Amino acid sequence: MSAVDGPEPRHAIRERFGFWRRSYAMLIKEFIQLRRDRVSFAMIVMLPVMQLLLFGYAINTTPHNLPSAVLLQEDSDLARSILKALENTAYFRFIYEVHDVDDFDNLLKSGKVLFGVEIPRGFERAVRRGDRPALLVAADATDPVAASAAIGSLGMVVQTALKHDLYIGNPPEMPFEIRAHARYNPAAASSLNIVPGLVGTILTMTMLIFTALSVTREVERGTMESLLSMPIRPVEVMFGKIIPYVLVGFVQAFLIIGIGVGLFGVPVLGNLFLLALLSTLFITTNLAVGYTISTLVQNQLQAMQMSMMFFLPSILLSGFMFPFAGMPAWAQYVGECLPLTHYLRIVRAIMLKGASMQNLRFDALALAVLMLLAMTIAVTRFRRTLD
Amino acid sequence: MSGGNGIAIDVKGLTKSFGGREVVHDLSMQVKRGSIYGFLGPNGSGKTTTIRILCGLLTPDSGEGTCLGYDIRRDAEKIKRQVGYMTQRFSLYQDLSVRENLEFVARLYGLRDARGAARDMIKRLGLSGREEQLAGELSGGWKQRLALGACTLPSPKLLLLDEPTAGVDPKARRDFWNEIHALAADGLTVLVSTHYMDEAERCHEIAYIAYGHLLVHGTVEEVIAKSALTTYTVTGEDLNELTAALTGKPGIDMVAPFGTSLHVSGRDVAALEASIAPWREKSGLHWHQSSPSLEDVFIELMGRSKDNFQ
Repeated sequence: MSAVDGPEPRHAIRERFGFWRRSYAMLIKEFIQLRRDRVSFAMIVMLPVMQLLLFGYAINTTPHNLPSAVLLQEDSDLARSILKALENTAYFRFIYEVHDVDDFDNLLKSGKVLFGVEIPRGFERAVRRGDRPALLVAADATDPVAASAAIGSLGMVVQTALKHDLYIGNPPEMPFEIRAHARYNPAAASSLNIVPGLVGTILTMTMLIFTALSVTREVERGTMESLLSMPIRPVEVMFGKIIPYVLVGFVQAFLIIGIGVGLFGVPVLGNLFLLALLSTLFITTNLAVGYTISTLVQNQLQAMQMSMMFFLPSILLSGFMFPFAGMPAWAQYVGECLPLTHYLRIVRAIMLKGASMQNLRFDALALAVLMLLAMTIAVTRFRRTLD
Repeated sequence: MSGGNGIAIDVKGLTKSFGGREVVHDLSMQVKRGSIYGFLGPNGSGKTTTIRILCGLLTPDSGEGTCLGYDIRRDAEKIKRQVGYMTQRFSLYQDLSVRENLEFVARLYGLRDARGAARDMIKRLGLSGREEQLAGELSGGWKQRLALGACTLPSPKLLLLDEPTAGVDPKARRDFWNEIHALAADGLTVLVSTHYMDEAERCHEIAYIAYGHLLVHGTVEEVIAKSALTTYTVTGEDLNELTAALTGKPGIDMVAPFGTSLHVSGRDVAALEASIAPWREKSGLHWHQSSPSLEDVFIELMGRSKDNFQ
């Protein structure tokens, strides 16, 4: 018989809940390391704020005050009122008025102006006669986004000007017809579309990089040798490294959406709980992808490069930069394999359209599948030895 | 079963190659429970690789064996629970404090009271007052103590120490060895690799490994006896001249200066004595036969193995 049973000694080893216990040990360690790493910590807050302000204010895809020139070959009332109307749209700002074709061409070529409007000789008379004269608009289309919005406005503006100043009841059909139709965003304010998109883009970037560096950092600092000699399993290492960043991602998402609502007046029409739930899924998916990257590469530099390789198509083919429907079929297939594509649909639908889970089943499922796929690869690829 | 046969490590025919280069060749060894086993050999001789195979960090290309009664190929996870491995390079988290590092290890191994166990270890290591210091900011000697503390925290049955005292001052080295002897006295088996002869002499048993081959093993006395080396110690003037004159002479395998004296050793006693005869009567030189030191034996082994394997 043993003597009086004292409390179990401190050094007694518990066998129960081993999985959670080891994951927890890893998690605490990662948290402390993250807290110590002030640069990373600052990045978590600064990155979304900076990007949001840049995209929201500076990078406005609906351009204003585009520098423009006019080639005036006829000084008529009609010409003046068309120019006035154009300026009133706030898209154009006429900074040059020239009378010579060569000057006009040079201004465009040198990039001093993005737009040129040419009013030919005898314009007013031709209009009066109903000859449908050409109002030439030359646009520097190297920036198609800027150009298309401004061109889009031209038709309406000129038509209005003609109606107003013109002496003919029904203006003739215009030489170009551009119809703008902005659903859910009637003011065509790009921040409405961009803020939800940014939530996804920023999360992809930061989450990917954080975990992509995590395993290689242990290898490069030599701590992996110690870690591998201890009884911890690959899944436990992965959970311990992913979970702290789920929280970080959550803070970021909250920050971006908060600023979006507060500064840019972006509405959140849908259910906040649903948004949080699916955002967590998306964050975890990205962390899993980043973690997978870190099990595939040799060092931190390669990890960064590979993250970029994943990040670029995410930005270009997800529908963040270009409308998804407008992409060629192959690009759409690639896009469907990227978590960001599905999350953009989710976050835009919830925030701007008030969509419910019912509408988003497919995209949520796709995210879950991508997450499990990445985790499986990571756990299989994680090397348990130094071989 | 972690067998009660009194053998902690029992491996046969271990071989491991990296990129076509054989780093460990047909290595067999036995380590008794509760003993301190010294692992000696030049840099790149395969000591680290052998230690990593023993704790399951590397899989041998061929060979088999047991560590604490567990198969080194199949039971790596079980071995990891009972083995403390101290790496050559400091491999705790530099950006974690002393306390946090120890708590991490304690949690990972599932100690009932991780905080308490870490606190006890800090006291035992004499690190009280430094527990909140980042591990990366500790001096070499303290880092090494902390590393030893971390790998003894989960009460392992076997310690694998890979050059634990490299770059540590003599005082810290002595303390470290006292600690190792105390641990061995409690029944812990210790396998330690080192370059220092004085440390080798503090081991119960030693093995010399060069170019992946285990050349000799046994107690210090046995190893010296096995070498069959005869050594003469010379003191006097113009030892440099004598060194030049004797090197390469028949029967003389090694001429090595030790402070103000010179050790002249060889395996063939007759040839050795014939070669030194002309110098023995020279005035100003004092000759006497001595038993070879461990260092003599190793330098001679190192020289010999170089001829064999390079």
